[in-house]
Amino acid sequence: MAKSIIPKKHPMPAQDPAVRSKNFNEVALGYNEETVVAEANRCLQCKNEPCRQGCPVEVDIPAFIKLVAERDFAGAIKKIKEKNALPAICGRVCPQENQCEKYCTLGKKNEPVAIGRIERFCADWELANGVLPQEVAPPTGKKVAIVGSGPAGLTCAADLAKLGHKVTIFEALHVAGGVLMYGIPEFRLPKAVVQAEVENLKKLGVDIQVNAVVGKFATVDELMEEGGFDAVFIGTGAGLPYFMNIPGENACGVYSANEFLTRTNLMKAYLFPEYDTPIRVGKKVAVLGGGNVAMDAARTALRLGAEESWIVYRRSRNELPARREEVEHAEEEGVKFAFLTSPTRILYNDDYWVTGMECLRYELGEPDASGRRSPVPIQGSEFIIDVDTVVVAIGQGPNPLVPRTTKGLECNKKGNIVADLETGATSKPGVYAGGDIVTGAATVILAMGAGRTAAKSIHAYLSGK
Amino acid sequence: MYEILRKEVLAPTLTLFDIKAPLVAQKAQPGQFVILRVHDEGERIPLTIADFDREKCTITCVFQEVGKTTMELAKLNEGDSIKDFVGPLGVPSHIEKYGRVVCVGGGVGVAPVHPIARALKEAGNEVIGIIGARTKELLFWEDRMRNACTELRVTTDDGSYVRKGFVTDVLKEVIEEKGNIDLCVAIGPLPMMRAVCNMTKGYNLKTIVSLNSIMVDGTGMCGCCRVTVGGQTKFACVDGPEFDGHEVDFDEMARRAVIYKAQEQLAVDRYVSGSEHKCSCGCGGAH
Repeated sequence: MAKSIIPKKHPMPAQDPAVRSKNFNEVALGYNEETVVAEANRCLQCKNEPCRQGCPVEVDIPAFIKLVAERDFAGAIKKIKEKNALPAICGRVCPQENQCEKYCTLGKKNEPVAIGRIERFCADWELANGVLPQEVAPPTGKKVAIVGSGPAGLTCAADLAKLGHKVTIFEALHVAGGVLMYGIPEFRLPKAVVQAEVENLKKLGVDIQVNAVVGKFATVDELMEEGGFDAVFIGTGAGLPYFMNIPGENACGVYSANEFLTRTNLMKAYLFPEYDTPIRVGKKVAVLGGGNVAMDAARTALRLGAEESWIVYRRSRNELPARREEVEHAEEEGVKFAFLTSPTRILYNDDYWVTGMECLRYELGEPDASGRRSPVPIQGSEFIIDVDTVVVAIGQGPNPLVPRTTKGLECNKKGNIVADLETGATSKPGVYAGGDIVTGAATVILAMGAGRTAAKSIHAYLSGK
Repeated sequence: MYEILRKEVLAPTLTLFDIKAPLVAQKAQPGQFVILRVHDEGERIPLTIADFDREKCTITCVFQEVGKTTMELAKLNEGDSIKDFVGPLGVPSHIEKYGRVVCVGGGVGVAPVHPIARALKEAGNEVIGIIGARTKELLFWEDRMRNACTELRVTTDDGSYVRKGFVTDVLKEVIEEKGNIDLCVAIGPLPMMRAVCNMTKGYNLKTIVSLNSIMVDGTGMCGCCRVTVGGQTKFACVDGPEFDGHEVDFDEMARRAVIYKAQEQLAVDRYVSGSEHKCSCGCGGAH
């Protein structure tokens, strides 16, 4: 039976930009039942399932969408969870336009099926209607330590727990979730959603130890030799902020994006003084960088009361690495963009507070190693922008705490752990790694994919032991 | 939760806690610090480890009431618990046999300098301790420091106990008197550490200081604690907290230390006046 094609995705209901830029509530409100079923009915149920090749965790996309179309939401979420341990999170933060939706047949001539939005609906439906118990294999008697409770660690932990292994997660901060808690803002990923997923994990029998910095209270070697762990997965993420290394960068009012977002998200500085952690945002904020983290910081600045929030990016709009939707949301909320611009120094007053930023204008030259046209500074184009707060969001490197304290763990020049991308195996027997600590700063779903891959290998390793 | 097993009020605004934290106590070394959070709405603050007991599984912390969090902390009693307590963080003090070492503790800095002095003495050094406080009632751990050091000198700014003078005055006398000194360790308020460094520079006496920058995570993730040392940006939490004092940009440190002065004052005012009410009018406790 031929279906008439609806060319566009059903729009995502969202808070009004003028309202939401003043609050921290979630921007995207989610589909209702009627809309999600209508959207699911746009799916052509292609036999060759092109969408699946775009999913790093291989979710059976056509199958769960079919169940949604049939209004079997419990069946749909069960189908998703066969492959994806954190659907409420992925449905919100995955760059679907570069993954599943990129390969959607409908997308060739029209807009692809809104796979991410449907996934989110299913996950939220489950959270609202009570989480279905998941099957856990009988205990194997093997113990696995997971270092870091971000997306890679949570996924790896869920998979291993379901296979019957005793899993303990060690988290350095006071709550589990890693970047999902400290990095991604409340308005994009409500912290209650993250904690609900963490609670699901506990129901699988996963033990979560917070306030536990591996490399400090115990090394990986000690966990294996004295702690009785048969295998270790390292998913410590990209927790080392990069700075520009320009004069004035230590002035008061200059934040790393990590600090700016951690104060706001993890410590809830937007609720100061009800919460004790302060943050200081001036009238005019410049965020350096063009990725998702930069968009998050620029949008956060507005919500914290900044009158103007600027993205300062040395390439042009086309090269922005952020998700398209994040850029659109930022613009709708009033974030301004200074493209082909990069700072040379930060200016400050006698009290060391930021008063401005000297920048150079850039033009695009030949494509560089990343395939993007490289920015070339225009000599003599210096100009000063008047800002009182600067947030540096040019990327994060691997946190060296675990690599430095683990014997025989091979790392590359940048400090990333060297791990086989097919298996997650490192140079150290029984030790696996995945996520940003291996690849450098990437996405939540790629980290989850790496966690899943490592879980498979760890299971095989433990089964042969 | 981390239970307070012992509380000792050392002076009106100076409190000691022995806190049960088995994981931290097993690994703590002199020079390291912890980060704690009093309750769910609390901020994360770093405190340098004053002592540790591996058998009793406790960490000793001494703190001065300087802001809302430390005021709240001081209100807790034995048997109460602290919500979060993580460590040991930072690089431990480098302990080796140098020969003759001076350990200077000013004010609350006496607490963190104590385990370092003890370790240096155990490593075979002659350890000359110098401790000082603004006035007699703020001076603590004279007995502990006497045990930890080969020789101890005490001073008070106002002369209310032993003698009148700053720790730098005593340090100068020790340097003049003893001649060759191989290392100085100085911990205390920023102006004190800066004054010590300015003085020891003239004698070319290598001086280690412990920096108490503002921190959030304490694991190198946020960069809030950055300091300029020898012209390079370092993170006090993972590269320190100890640095060569002659290389530290104290001007920058002092300015970064007061970034949140206005907010800190607001929090203290609300706390002290009891206006920390939970109304829903959105006033933030302003009325």
